[in-house]
Amino acid sequence: MTPVGLLVDLTVLLVAAVATVAVRTHDPVRQAVVLSQLGLLLALLFTFLQAPDVALSQLAVGTVVTPLLIMLTVRKIRRQTGSATGGGRRGRGGNR
Amino acid sequence: MNRTARTTLFWCAALAIALCYGISCGHLPGFGGSFHPYADRAVPAALAHRTANAVASVNFDQRGFDTLGEEFILFTAVLGAAMVLRRARDEHTVSPRPGRVLPTVRLAGTVLLPVALVTGVYVIAHGQLTPGGGFQGGVALATGLHVAYLAADYRVLRNVRPRTVLDLADAMAAGAFAALGLAGLAWGSAYLENVLPWGVQGQIVSGGTVPLLNAAVGVEVGSALVVLLAAFLDQALEIETG
Repeated sequence: MTPVGLLVDLTVLLVAAVATVAVRTHDPVRQAVVLSQLGLLLALLFTFLQAPDVALSQLAVGTVVTPLLIMLTVRKIRRQTGSATGGGRRGRGGNR
Repeated sequence: MNRTARTTLFWCAALAIALCYGISCGHLPGFGGSFHPYADRAVPAALAHRTANAVASVNFDQRGFDTLGEEFILFTAVLGAAMVLRRARDEHTVSPRPGRVLPTVRLAGTVLLPVALVTGVYVIAHGQLTPGGGFQGGVALATGLHVAYLAADYRVLRNVRPRTVLDLADAMAAGAFAALGLAGLAWGSAYLENVLPWGVQGQIVSGGTVPLLNAAVGVEVGSALVVLLAAFLDQALEIETG
């Protein structure tokens, strides 16, 4: 097996592992962090598969923008439920 | 529809998709093999139009119409998000408290912000030559701008991103892509046809309309993402109900 093939196989396994962790994580904030790591790994995988164009998009969208949007949404929801019930209750991700 | 019917429907659909997917995967050429029917046609076509980055040639020249559709998907998505997230009548804005920023973070941000912006412009401008292009460069520009939020605070970010200008730029760049396609109708034979002189391969002026379409997409994606993140940031930091 070529070194690149080995790298690809290793990254595919890592992607599968981190994706499983992302699904098993229930707190949306932690999930956003795991998603960001998953985006980084996918960007690596696309680079090893010789698709640098896709890797660049994945790096920006998957690693930065999507987790940021999730974090901002969670922050907004927590602030709202916090002010409505006098603080304390943390919104836990609606319908999972 | 009750639960049993839903589950049955799901399993029927899942089985059908699994079968079709399995059968079609069996007919795919092997991974890493030497049989590339699409690449064998796309790469010569890209080189015939003097576009060194074959991916950019497929996206903006051979399949420009698909990219137009994708661009308008992003445009309408951002439009919808900005409309849903706008300040409603029963909401008011509060000014966010400035947070404490470590001096090292501030220094790193000051160095990183111009580097990120230059990288974004570089990636857009060299889309016809090297990996990247309008979408990737636009995203780099938009996310790079938000270093200002990390390194300083929200008021600084608001000053470096004039939202009205970016709203306009977003719409005008999306329209510019469609208008550049009309040039193909006017001077060529088909919509989005590459009618400009192709130039010398490997130089920055090459690929005909590809660099222009890349620039339009770069401005559109960059401003669309800033507007989208601005709508989310406003909701998370400034807008309160009641």
